[in-house]
Amino acid sequence: MESLLSDVTVLDLTQAVAGPYCAKLLADYGAEVIKIERPGTGDVARRIGPFPNDVPHSEKSGVFLALNTNKKSVTVNLKTETGRRILRDLVPQVDILLESYRPGVMAKWGFGFDDVRRIKPDIVVTSISSFGQWGPYRDYEMTELIAYAMGVGMHCTGVPDREPLKLAGTATLFQAGNTAAVAAIGAYFGSQADGVGQHVDYSIMEGQASSVDRNGASLMAMAYAGEPTFRRAFGRRFSVLPFGAYPCADGYAHFTSAQQAWWPIFCSMIGMPELSEDPRYTGENFQNLDLAEEIDELFLPWILSHAKREIMELCNEIAGSPINTMEDLFADPHFRQREFFVEVDHPAAGPMEYPGPPFRPAATPWKKGRAPLLGEHNEEVLTGRLGFTRTDLVKLARMGVI
Amino acid sequence: MARLPLHGIRVLDFTVVWAGPWASMLLGDLGAEVIRVESINRADQVSRGAPRPSPTILEQARGAYYVDRTPGERPWNRYGYFNFPGRSKCSITLDLTRPDGLEAVLRLAAVSDVLLDNNRTSTLARFGITYEAMRAVRPDIVYLAMPAFGTTGPYARYRGFGANTEAIVGHTWLRGYPDADPSMTYVIFHADAAAGVSAAFALIAALHYRRRTGVGQFIDMSQAENMVHHLTPAFMDYSMNRRSQESIGNRHVSIAPQGVYRCLGEDDWVAISVRSNAEWHSLCRAIGQPSLASDPRFGTTSNRIRNHDELDRILSAWAQDKDKYAVMETLQAAGVPSGPVIAYQDAHYDPHLHARGFFELVSEPEAGIHLHPGRGFRFSETPLHVRSPAPTLGQHNDYLYRDLMGYSDGDYQRLVDEQQIGEVYVGAAAQ
Repeated sequence: MESLLSDVTVLDLTQAVAGPYCAKLLADYGAEVIKIERPGTGDVARRIGPFPNDVPHSEKSGVFLALNTNKKSVTVNLKTETGRRILRDLVPQVDILLESYRPGVMAKWGFGFDDVRRIKPDIVVTSISSFGQWGPYRDYEMTELIAYAMGVGMHCTGVPDREPLKLAGTATLFQAGNTAAVAAIGAYFGSQADGVGQHVDYSIMEGQASSVDRNGASLMAMAYAGEPTFRRAFGRRFSVLPFGAYPCADGYAHFTSAQQAWWPIFCSMIGMPELSEDPRYTGENFQNLDLAEEIDELFLPWILSHAKREIMELCNEIAGSPINTMEDLFADPHFRQREFFVEVDHPAAGPMEYPGPPFRPAATPWKKGRAPLLGEHNEEVLTGRLGFTRTDLVKLARMGVI
Repeated sequence: MARLPLHGIRVLDFTVVWAGPWASMLLGDLGAEVIRVESINRADQVSRGAPRPSPTILEQARGAYYVDRTPGERPWNRYGYFNFPGRSKCSITLDLTRPDGLEAVLRLAAVSDVLLDNNRTSTLARFGITYEAMRAVRPDIVYLAMPAFGTTGPYARYRGFGANTEAIVGHTWLRGYPDADPSMTYVIFHADAAAGVSAAFALIAALHYRRRTGVGQFIDMSQAENMVHHLTPAFMDYSMNRRSQESIGNRHVSIAPQGVYRCLGEDDWVAISVRSNAEWHSLCRAIGQPSLASDPRFGTTSNRIRNHDELDRILSAWAQDKDKYAVMETLQAAGVPSGPVIAYQDAHYDPHLHARGFFELVSEPEAGIHLHPGRGFRFSETPLHVRSPAPTLGQHNDYLYRDLMGYSDGDYQRLVDEQQIGEVYVGAAAQ
């Protein structure tokens, strides 16, 4: 069965997290993604944990396995002239080229946008970099923490008297990869109509600074009222209804309640329907935050006597949810029933569950697949696409090219 | 010059709050004509604000999202929550509780390519807006529904904001202060940001498929499932090792030191990450404490992870009397990843964002001229920009009803008289 992008071919020169997530989205929805890896070591993500039983192995990195599903791995040493020759020969065969080298490296190797466009006029080159292809910070070092810190939103994330707090794991880089995928597929869509190629300069810092979740809108507050948004502004409730995290019988639960229409639902839920019309908490008083503690005193006995799973059932009408651990998530009946966790086998790492489709197009299925072994597709791609013989491949390997 | 990539694509936008409007904003910036469908009698209060904000709201943090904290006569047109993602769109008003409302939607759908909906699963269906009904008038429409938990399964009809989906998939648990109660974990809405870009990607990919095959389709997106991908390292750890990770705050599982340290200034901070022994040695020299490089407590990554508290004390003591930008310059000159925690008051003056022209000057009909954030990507051949300011409520009624859908003068006037078309919420004062 055809997938959304079955006719698209991608040359993927990215590594770590952001670029590979971008390429994964293309691959899982049908594109043929040829991932170029450095001979011997491969993508740096192959060395990032978690590993089964914490034993590092270049074919068993959980991050690499999940981020590189459905891709083909070809090892090419781009520091050699022959390696670059292979890359040059692949360019005319692809629609989208993704790269995450430091700005300037591609041009140095003869693969600047103008060079590539000369080989393939309607190609879309998407460069994913920390700060963009030019500008004062261009050559600065970045990690996921730095990306979040310089992406503006972090300053109002966390508790007022403490240090600002980052997202879990490498979420910022996943966000960058997905946003870059919007740019790449958008530019490709345009190039198909007009036959005009495009160079996309994706800056992780700017992608974060222009995103939602406090960045864009709070930058508007700065421009509109000259007022920065502080950490205390978020996480504070907007009304007497519960907001934020609360303890419950077996852990914690989260509430995003603020609508006046939900007040009677809340009152019935905690067994106090008589408060529904009580003028102490309704009308203008609904937004009186001085009453928050009073309400919490009524609410705490109820919530402390309910478990996380019950809260999912009982509180969803007022946007209440359990604060789950990974263990809870894996046991959750909703995700199970939707078959979101998909079991994928892998020749080195064995079978295990992976996250399933981020979205489900009804007519064109998401592809379940596995990550490639390092260089697994050398023969398929180099002989199939470029006409090398098996003897050539042996020679190339001996020369350290593949 | 080539046209914008999504030139000629029309999007019927039924989105509310954050995730959906963010998706349609990206489509609008890329050249699509985005029609934001707005109820004349029920405001999306998160986006447009309360039609008549109370003095309490105006005193709160939310008040600063109004231009000069002054809501004016039509507050919904002066609210930053809407005006940031509202850009590059137009606005139509209608009343879905009356037959004319659905009639207008069907006439719009007949000339649209995409319908985007991030309401709760049952909301639009109640008014007769379903994939089947839209497909009947536009067989190749691409219809994306992105409720919190997807359109099937036990939670299909459950209410949930970004913060709820994050709680359910484990992000809230994983991102707190490790030494504090989870109830100290302040609310964030990263799942909205995540779902918006994923939806935009899904729609463009589906439009590509439609151009190739002529086939439109329904797309089911669970914002919660989409968010799970952003937690891949913790997910795979559980999958492989049955280990349920706990929060480690700003630290990193496999490199050290990493943290956010207080600098000179009232609420100024700098982020520092050290990825290798070489970077650690550079850091020691850069902070003027070269002897630390040979201190066995910090000689290897695992030792630095073990003695992280001590490293935090050393870096805090060093950074506390320095400017956060100066710390970045010092450490970056030594090749050590670091950067200021850029606050809102800094962003407009940040040298890099300034040099790249990240902010764009936008003139809005009722909010005035201000700097708006640009976007994460730049196109070489079709430069992107804010194509139009956020629309005022119902600003494009005339164009959409008369020019696009061909309503007669008489029909249009009737809908105006019946308060189905307008630029002010019906019964606004009461809301």
